[in-house]
Formats: sequence, structure tokens, C-alpha cells
Amino acid sequence: MFSLLGVPPQVLFGQLLLGLINGSFYALLSLGLAVIFGMLNVINFAHGALYMVGAFVAWLLLTYAGVGYWGALVVAPVVVGLLGIALEKTMLSRLYKLDHLYGLLLTFGLALILEGAFRHQYGVSGQPYPIPDALKGGQNLGFMFLPNYRAWVVVASLTICFGTWFAIERTKLGAYLRAATENPTLVQAFGINVPVMVSLTYGFGVALAGLAGVLAAPIYQVSPLMGTNLIIIVFAVVVIGGMGSILGAIVTGLGLGLLEGLTKVFYPEASNIVVFVVMAIVLLIKPAGLFGRER
Amino acid sequence: MRTLLLAGTALLTLAGTAVPAFAQVSDNVIRIGVLNDRSGIYADLAGEGSAIAARMAAEEFGNKVAGAPVEIVVADHQNKADIAASKAREWVDTGGVDAIADVPNSAAALAVQGITKDKKRIFLMSGPGATALSGAQCSPYGFQWTYDNYAMAAGTGRALYEQGKKKWFFVTADYAFGQSLEEETTKMVKSLGGTIIGSVRHPLGTADFSSFLLQAQGSGADVIGLANAGGDTVNAVKQAAEFGITQSGQSLAGLLMFISDVNALGLQSAQGLMLTTGFYWDMDDQTREWSKAFEAKAGKKPTMVQAGVYSAVKHYLKAVEAAKTDDADKVSAKMRELPVEDMFAKKGRIAANGRMFHDMYLAQVKTPAESKGAWDYYKIVKTIPADTAFMDPKQSGCSLVK
Repeated sequence: MFSLLGVPPQVLFGQLLLGLINGSFYALLSLGLAVIFGMLNVINFAHGALYMVGAFVAWLLLTYAGVGYWGALVVAPVVVGLLGIALEKTMLSRLYKLDHLYGLLLTFGLALILEGAFRHQYGVSGQPYPIPDALKGGQNLGFMFLPNYRAWVVVASLTICFGTWFAIERTKLGAYLRAATENPTLVQAFGINVPVMVSLTYGFGVALAGLAGVLAAPIYQVSPLMGTNLIIIVFAVVVIGGMGSILGAIVTGLGLGLLEGLTKVFYPEASNIVVFVVMAIVLLIKPAGLFGRER
Repeated sequence: MRTLLLAGTALLTLAGTAVPAFAQVSDNVIRIGVLNDRSGIYADLAGEGSAIAARMAAEEFGNKVAGAPVEIVVADHQNKADIAASKAREWVDTGGVDAIADVPNSAAALAVQGITKDKKRIFLMSGPGATALSGAQCSPYGFQWTYDNYAMAAGTGRALYEQGKKKWFFVTADYAFGQSLEEETTKMVKSLGGTIIGSVRHPLGTADFSSFLLQAQGSGADVIGLANAGGDTVNAVKQAAEFGITQSGQSLAGLLMFISDVNALGLQSAQGLMLTTGFYWDMDDQTREWSKAFEAKAGKKPTMVQAGVYSAVKHYLKAVEAAKTDDADKVSAKMRELPVEDMFAKKGRIAANGRMFHDMYLAQVKTPAESKGAWDYYKIVKTIPADTAFMDPKQSGCSLVK
């Protein structure tokens, strides 16, 4: 049996697969961030908190309304999306003319408020959310045991990522959106309601975070701190991919997941730093990010 | 400071002025500061619950000992040693605090231990696990009450060994506490004749454990020892179930688990886990009655840390009452002299190194079918007598042990 740097191939394949699973979470979350930044020029620090809200909505639905996983998969993103639209209409929309920093401060504040409120209500240990019956168990792939649920997460998030990319880069609606970011006044002159479109975009972006929250609920604890833990990595992913680049967010998310998986085999202690090391290197060599364009 | 106080008191007495009954209590108030994590990962196992427990202890004395009112103050150390140290210093220097209680997070507790030792204040540790606190870093005023890493390792390590599980693999949180827990358990397993197959260190606050669990699964170990705490343990246990680790015959050992963790996990994921605990609410009438009163105030059953805060504060107040002063030397001598007897500790005693010896319990988490309802989580498998539960003070490395 051959081995690579002292690691048997079974272990390596297993870790790569796990990296892909984590990477698809990163991709899904950074996709929402990239859409929002690309279209609204807002650095959405509330993204992690809204991901957490998505998971909590799923848990609340299950606990108090008896709505299961599949229902939550539809309802939770809608709830989070509506919450996002409300936030955009009442607060964020007033800041577009100001410096980026104001949007950042506002969303950061919102994140703290949301997390504080949930922490106050539900404590920090989190709540259990079971894996849906249809996805329990797993497959023995020979080199590792792959839980069915994780396989589902990869398939679901890749489908959504591709769908979003397609909608924005290849459809007419996407073309309007991209045009509206370039020159809102002109697009409005063509009879398109730009403010509504912007609200919907923000709603869609955060709904993606809510969806990621539902997907994450059965794997991690549904806890008020779950967003904070993830958001920093996701920001690094967006920066590496290039702020606002949709394809960049998806590819980088998956790529960094794989890289992190490898780090966990060869030097586990560094597994939560490796992403930031890559970020530093990319920023030094290509400040706009791997897929970003200089503005 | 103390001599000045004594001299002052003596002077007053000599002068024949009306001396109030509580003349020996500095600034006429017994102030106890509950310092812990109130917002981060340890907020559920300690947090406000510990403050409630301390207040419950004070209420049993009518909020008055040795003629002086008892006041409980609280602060959040945010799991940062520097914040813990500056808060402790502020409390002692300007806040008139006589004793500091709880302080989970060993790094924060070590910082506070240094301050309370220098400034002669009582330190009632319920939250921290590092054995150094009653070892190399011991203090004449520091009391480690509820558990420590040695007790956790000895309890769970030995129990699993006796079940024939001899090969261990550690999944360890990569910081002082996790490493110390791994080290204590390794010593215990090796002394019994078991072997350590390997270990993997993960960063604190890891969400995804699949990679580490896969390595543990592939190692062929009988037991996967989780040398971590709080959210890390919860995520690791949950994902171990997902990857079919327990079904395939390997055992998981949560080396430090609290009932709040089990509650967060749910019995479906936590069932069958072996753990060592200093307290369980459903042991006898006394624990049930106290825990019910606690639940009425806190909305949940107490963890061992919270129950330990109650016991430690109660014992402290008892000692102040008996010594009729809040002078740290006299109170700490009294605390060592009096037996610890309450719903938490039966026939507890304090050793020279500040370690409070009491029975520990080996528990197994119930299956959903066995559980009769909310918080009915543990089967107490056996009682670990105080003498074997904790490290022999002579081996602790504490300079106070003669």
C-alpha cells in the first residue's frame, strides 16, 4: 500500500471529502455575502447572525409548530429573507450614499443585537436538532463512512450555488441587477424599480444565509454563537475570492474547504489559521482577490 | 493590614467606646464577588446560575453573618485572564470584596489565585479544573471545591478501563486546560496498564469535528477521549453519532461534561456516555429540594459548578459566623477545621492544599427510553469515595502540604 507523506490514501480521501463538505458551507455563505456586496456595496456583517437565525427558525418550527426539516428548508429562508428586507427598507437603505463603513457598523450592531437577544432567550449551549429520518445513516465508501446527511448538504449547496450564479450571470433579471449596480439612475430611467430590486437582492442574499443555517442545524448545535464562529472564515473566503465576485466566492469556498481538510491531516493545530494565511498571501499578491476586478 | 485592623479594634475596645457587634468585619459588610463567564461558552454551566446559587446560600443565613449583612456582587470575566485579574484587583482594592467565588476557565482562575494570595482574600473555586490550583499554584486562601482534572481523569478513565477498554485515542482542545486533561488521563490509563494509541489537537472553538473523529475512528482505539469542554464536546459527541462511531463499538468518553452539555445535546446523541460528576440534582431528597428551589429561580436544573458555588459560599459564611470575623487567615483556618456538610457534599473536608475532598459520582447518560422527562439524564453507576476521587495532597506539589 502506498502512502503520501506518511498518510495512507484512505485517510487522505476521507479528509478531502470532508473538506469538500465544509467548503460547500463556506461557498453557500460567502455566495450570499458576495451577492450583497456586488449589488448593494454593503459589507453585511449581520450575515453570520442571520445564518444563526435561520437555524433557530428551523428549531422553533420543529419545537413549537411541529414543522419538520423539509418544511423548515422552505420556511426558514423565507422568514430570514423577509427579516432582511425589513432591515434593508427601514435602516440599510438610508446608508447607501454614505461611506461603506456606516453599512459595516450598522450590520455589525444588528448582529450583536440579534445574537444577544437569542443568547438571552436560549442560553449559549444551544439546542439539539435531529437529522431528518430520510437522511439518517450513511454509506461505507471503503475508505470512509459517509453520513447521508453530509452527502445531501454537498449536493444541495452546490445546486443552489450554481443556480444563483446562473441567475445572476446568465439571465435577463441578473442583467438588470448588474446594470442597476453600475448605473442605478439610467436603469431607473428604463422603468425598472431599482429600490425594490435592491431590497429583494438583500432579502435573497440573507435568505441564502438562512438556508445555510437550516442545512447546518442537524450537524452543529443550534446555538446563538454559531454565526460568530463561522463569519470570520466566510469573510476571508469572500476577500480571497474577490469582493463581489460570485464565481470567486463559490470556487474559493470549496477550495479553502479542501485546503482546511488537508491541514487537519498534516498539522491539525493550524487548521483554523490556514485560511487567513492564504488570505494574507492573496492580498499581498493580488489585492483585488483571485477573481476580483480592480475598480 | 490585618495587624492594623486588629490594633484598631483593640484600640476601640480599650477606649471603651460603644463597639458594634460586627466590629471585626471590615467595612461592616461581608461581600462575595461571583466572577465568571456570563456571556460566552461557559455562561450556561456557570454564569448567572452561579450567582443565584451564591445568593441562595446567603439567604439561608438571612443575608447576615457575624452581625454584618452579606452582599453578593457579580462580574463577567469573558474568559479572559487579564479581565479576571483586573476585576479581582478592583474588587479587592476598592470594592470591599472579602471572597471571590466560581471563576471557571483555569487561566482566569490562576490569575485570580495570584491576586487573592497576595491580598489575603478567600478564593472559592468551583468552575476551574486545572490541578495546579491546588498543586504548584496553591494558596492558603484558595479552595478548589467541585472537581478537578485529576478527578475527571481518574473517575472516567478507571471506569472504562474496568470495562475492558484499554486503548485510548484523544481528541484534545489545544490549550492549557485540554492538554492538562489529556496528561492526567494518560497518566491514569498508563498506570492501569492501558495504552495511548494517538491523539489529535484541535483549536478551541472548533465547529466541525468530522476530520478529527475520522482519524480517531481509523486508529482502532477502544475509547475516544474528548479532552475538551462545553461547545467543543457537544459538537464532537453529536458528530460522532453522525459518523456511526458509537454504533461500531468504539466508546466516547467526555472527560469533562456538565449536565448543561447533555441538555444541549439531547439524549438521542448523548445516550450511553460515561462521565464523572461532583453533583447530580436527582440523588436524594436534599439535592432534589435544593435543585427545585434553584430551578424556580434559574429556569433550569443546576450544574455541578453552580451547586458547588452554593456549597462553597455556604461553608465560607459558616466559617465567618464561627470565627466572628472576615479576617482571611482566621476564616481559612476555620474553613479547614469545620466539616463540609450540606446537600452538595456529605462529610466533605478540606486538605492542606485547599482541595475539598468529597465523593464524586460516575454517571452514564440515560437512553431516551429510560428518561422519565426533562433533566432526567443520569444513571449514577457508582460513587467514587473522596479518598480515591482526588489526588493525594502529598503528590500535588503544593508547598503548603507538610
